Amino acid sequence: MSSVETLSSGPLFGLPLSELWFALLFAILGTFLFLDGFDFGAGIIFATREDAEERETILSAIGPFWDGNEVWLVVFGGALFAAFPPVYANLFSRHYLLMFGILGSLILRGLAPEMYEQRHDERWQTWWGRSFVAGSALAPFLLGAFVGNWIAGTPRSFTPVGVVVGLTVTVLTVVSGVAFLRLKTRGLLRDELRAYGERAVGGYVLAVLATLAVLAATVPALRTAVLSGPVLALVGLSVLLAAGYVLALRRDQDLFALAASAGLTYGLVAVVALLVFPTIDPASGLTVNAAVVSTLPLNLMSIGAALLLPLITVYFVVLYSAFSGPAQPSEGY
Amino acid sequence: MVDPVVTSRLQFALTTIVHIIFPVMSMGLAPFLVYFTWREIRTRKPIYEQLRRFWTKIFAVSFVVGTVTGIVLEFEFGTNFAAFSTIAGELFGGPLALEGMMAFMLEATFLGIFVFGRARVGDRLYFVSSVAVGLGTWLSAVWILIANSWMQTPRGFEMVVENGQDVVHLVDPLAAYLNPRFPYMFVHMQNAAVESVALFMAGIAAYHVYRHHVRGTDVENVAFWERTLKIALVALILTAPLQVVHGDLYARHVYETQPQKFAAMEAVWDTESYVPEYIIAFPTSLDAITDPRAKELLGLGIPGGASWLASGGDATAEIRGLDSFDSEAPPVAVVFWAFRAMVGMGFWFILLAFWGGYRWWSGELFEDDLLHKSLMASTVLGIVAVELGWVVTEVGRQPWVIQGVLQTSDGVSPGLTGSETLLTLAGFAVVYLGLLTVYSYVVTRLIRAGPPTGDDLRSVSQASPPSEQPAGEVANDE
Repeated sequence: MSSVETLSSGPLFGLPLSELWFALLFAILGTFLFLDGFDFGAGIIFATREDAEERETILSAIGPFWDGNEVWLVVFGGALFAAFPPVYANLFSRHYLLMFGILGSLILRGLAPEMYEQRHDERWQTWWGRSFVAGSALAPFLLGAFVGNWIAGTPRSFTPVGVVVGLTVTVLTVVSGVAFLRLKTRGLLRDELRAYGERAVGGYVLAVLATLAVLAATVPALRTAVLSGPVLALVGLSVLLAAGYVLALRRDQDLFALAASAGLTYGLVAVVALLVFPTIDPASGLTVNAAVVSTLPLNLMSIGAALLLPLITVYFVVLYSAFSGPAQPSEGY
Repeated sequence: MVDPVVTSRLQFALTTIVHIIFPVMSMGLAPFLVYFTWREIRTRKPIYEQLRRFWTKIFAVSFVVGTVTGIVLEFEFGTNFAAFSTIAGELFGGPLALEGMMAFMLEATFLGIFVFGRARVGDRLYFVSSVAVGLGTWLSAVWILIANSWMQTPRGFEMVVENGQDVVHLVDPLAAYLNPRFPYMFVHMQNAAVESVALFMAGIAAYHVYRHHVRGTDVENVAFWERTLKIALVALILTAPLQVVHGDLYARHVYETQPQKFAAMEAVWDTESYVPEYIIAFPTSLDAITDPRAKELLGLGIPGGASWLASGGDATAEIRGLDSFDSEAPPVAVVFWAFRAMVGMGFWFILLAFWGGYRWWSGELFEDDLLHKSLMASTVLGIVAVELGWVVTEVGRQPWVIQGVLQTSDGVSPGLTGSETLLTLAGFAVVYLGLLTVYSYVVTRLIRAGPPTGDDLRSVSQASPPSEQPAGEVANDE
């Protein structure tokens, strides 16, 4: 029992664990939004392709990855539940219908490619293709709306902030989707993607500015936070990253473009974290320190995360290197 | 107006009942796939590649549907049971987070390689992937069952007031997570998954074997189906008796730790000794026939049987009746009948296992058409038995969400309205019906299409020397 007593007596190594878990939570959310983001983006781009082989290539490109990418959302939910149970309970029950909208679109997005490949008649594929696009577009939009309402601390599910953050996140997934698909495809599709990427990243910068304007206009409590130094610095960084993204696309350095879109995603999530902190559930005024679980379970979870997250990184490296290089249309399910 | 408590409970019941089908398929298939992959790599025989590829397709579809329906559950504690989540989160959230990080990540990443990557990776990494996927599915069960078993036999915690609310505080993690129920649940569930998949494989294989050998229709790949039938029978012979013997121990453990649930399983209202084990039973009054909490059963039973089972051999042992508990009884008839149907099926599966084993030994496995028909009729019965078992477990513990600590009705999110929960319940009813239809349709199509053959097989196209077997003779490796 002495080890349990040690683990109950204070935070591991005297670390500020509540704040670290707050940061980790947003890091997990960012990882999900980046990794599954390019799957969503690929799903949206799928709508613009008529050619059967190009469509198959897009599905092959995300086929081996999307399930693993989506698990980051599961880990986000689990980590929120384990470290900040009242926030998990408040947020998800407050935005009840929005949550089920997200879950519904994820069902559609996950199921559709699997079904699309099962039969090769036109009506079947048209139908599942549309479902795939709808799920891929709705999931990031509703997730963004959820995050927007979370920042704004509103009990309502459909708000101006929600809509504008939803659009921002959706455009961002197209930005990373373009970079990812350019790595995974060759030929005409890859050439045409460059123009999509340039337009999307321009739209993203405008959407971020619009988000900040709507937040400042409709949420008085956030007005000073929106105009604070760190937030403005992150916005400035995002503009630079957007320029770097365009440059990378023009020079055919797709990996750099993908890295820039990762930077944009983590930057956006960092802005969200800055706007929420030191509360973690602005609607109820619950602070990080009031919401966190007690010392013993927090220490245990910290040990678990410290051991497992490096392992998970290895899994992803193995997976992505096994499937490096362009995807073949025949490699689908 | 609709009560959000009722709709939330119905929705959780619906979403778990549908979800559990897919983990059963993936956890049950996992050991078979590891075996097929290993044999394929070691022997290079086309039959193992056929087995691995055919069952991997079914595994992959099940896994995807399991993922999307599982994520719903992960969030439903928050959406519909916010009070429970706030009160128990400190203890209950950890296992869910660890399931995601330790198990789900492992299976979802290596699944990509296992399903799509045969041509891209070497034998060793491919075999490692099959093990990682299998291990991931079973580790998932570890954490989910830790969370569930803690609600059945809660240990290692204390109640404290925090933010003006009674909440659970973890004080002894080993006692909480290795609570007395966990090992029973884990063995019963994992063995059930393998048994269910064995029945599934045997039923489908029996159909093809029956058409070829009994009906005389020429079935392509009949050797593949014969082999599948034999492998499934081996698994069934190993799992079916264990399930019933272990189930007996499990029931005794329920008697000791959840007497209210045990009383519902046996429909005992008054505390009595020498309680009979009813095989069939009816309420004494016709009015009570639709009442799930009907009392006064009149039936055919083994005298002292329930007492004997509960105590492990003492027919005069006392069983505490439902009337002696302060809390309301669970829906007795549901628990009573679900328990009986599950146990009855458990014995039926043993019969099938021994019957098939005997026919195999006597050399008539492919000729006994009654055996084939029985196996075909039992294709999904393993999964049905799993569902019934979970009904006993989850309906039987009502009204408690955490046994003796928190009632289910007190765990529902306080802010919910009847109309929003009714809307999502109706949505799930429609979407999940569609999901089950599409899943059944796709699995049926995969079964119709059968295993890959001929030049499609790597083991055939790569085995270029003429001394190697031609593609058509996959059966000859017996």
